[in-house]
Amino acid sequence: MSGFISRGFRGRRREDAPEGRVPPGQYLTDDFPVLSAGPTPHTPLEEWTFEIRSGGASVSWTWEEFRALPSETVTVDIHCVTKWSKLDTVWEGVPVETLLERVDDDSPYLLAFCDGGYTTNLPVEDVLDGKAWVAFAYGGEPLDPEHGGPARLLVPHLYFWKSAKWVRGFELRNEDEPGFWEQNGYHLYGDPWKEQRYWGD
Amino acid sequence: MKTIALDLDDWRGHRAGQHVDVRLTAEDGYQAERSYSIASAPEQGLELTVERLDDGEVSPYLVDELRNGDGLEIRGPIGGYFVWEARDMRPVFLAAGGSGVVPLMAIIRHRIAVGSSTPMRLLYSSRSLDDVIYRVELDQVAANDNGIEIVHTLTRAQPEGWSGYSRRIDNDMLREVAWSPSESPSVFVCGATRFVEAVAEGLVGLGYDPRSIKTERYGGTGG
Repeated sequence: MSGFISRGFRGRRREDAPEGRVPPGQYLTDDFPVLSAGPTPHTPLEEWTFEIRSGGASVSWTWEEFRALPSETVTVDIHCVTKWSKLDTVWEGVPVETLLERVDDDSPYLLAFCDGGYTTNLPVEDVLDGKAWVAFAYGGEPLDPEHGGPARLLVPHLYFWKSAKWVRGFELRNEDEPGFWEQNGYHLYGDPWKEQRYWGD
Repeated sequence: MKTIALDLDDWRGHRAGQHVDVRLTAEDGYQAERSYSIASAPEQGLELTVERLDDGEVSPYLVDELRNGDGLEIRGPIGGYFVWEARDMRPVFLAAGGSGVVPLMAIIRHRIAVGSSTPMRLLYSSRSLDDVIYRVELDQVAANDNGIEIVHTLTRAQPEGWSGYSRRIDNDMLREVAWSPSESPSVFVCGATRFVEAVAEGLVGLGYDPRSIKTERYGGTGG
């Protein structure tokens, strides 16, 4: 339907939208909307672990061990598939690279698994080299459960559903198998700059 | 609020609970896109019910400007999780906050359209009676006594003689209205984030299996 014009539509453009930072089809928001498929899980920190499964083996960290790892504070733009983008969000987290260094595995894909049964799939190269973190603080405060606390994945260069809330670990895989949203109509990779929102994009 | 019926040549059908993306294009090429829940049953073609958000960009156009005969660019149906299938025989508990009733109405309409006898209960929270969307239709559904029960709560203003609930949904209300968890109900909750959090957590507290609770939240920004 290219060339279609919506009669009488002018739009309420935001003059303050910095060029090159808002992907196609997105609008800026100052709020932080919440999106999830079910109730918010509340796992006590003493029961929380982060686990990497590689073949038959696994490595895991308790919350204390995880928090003792070197962390970074990053300022990034985030883009939700439901069309909102939020600029300059500040997070603190452990680089995913730091976690993956502990396993000797060169599988090309991972499936992040979470409390609540939620999963998402990612190519491993998309979570290395300063591209992804397991974040535990937002705006200088511990991450709110609604927003994925105690810890969520942060992969800001992909649509935000890939930044899985309540993350509890990774399963390293040879194949790219669709996770939860990816099985329910959302794109396997999810690049906001290519508008890879849904199946078929 | 406005309900928009779309006349589509090639609509491939939808499932009750899904949404579509609406894209508006200005003459200079500027575009804005938002998602809207489908209000109609799959048997009824495609209808959207849109709430006008004062600070929104797409909804004021759809409610104030769009007229019969105008074209609209849409994409969908989208979403494969917040969906009710008539073959699912479990009792259904629906909880709606404000315009969150829209996808739940599609579920109710679908159940009626296919002649399902699955028991359904809708707990619907509105600010006042005037804010109740689909009020006439819901009254008819409730009066038909076909296994669908409708319970309203009016949180801000109640008409004289109102005998229903008049507060925000809380755990006591859920205990009174929702099915017992022992009946393994399936649950759909839709509304603003605070509403969804309160209902979903309340149900988990009552012993509902978290995996049986499907939620959809309206961010309430910019729509």
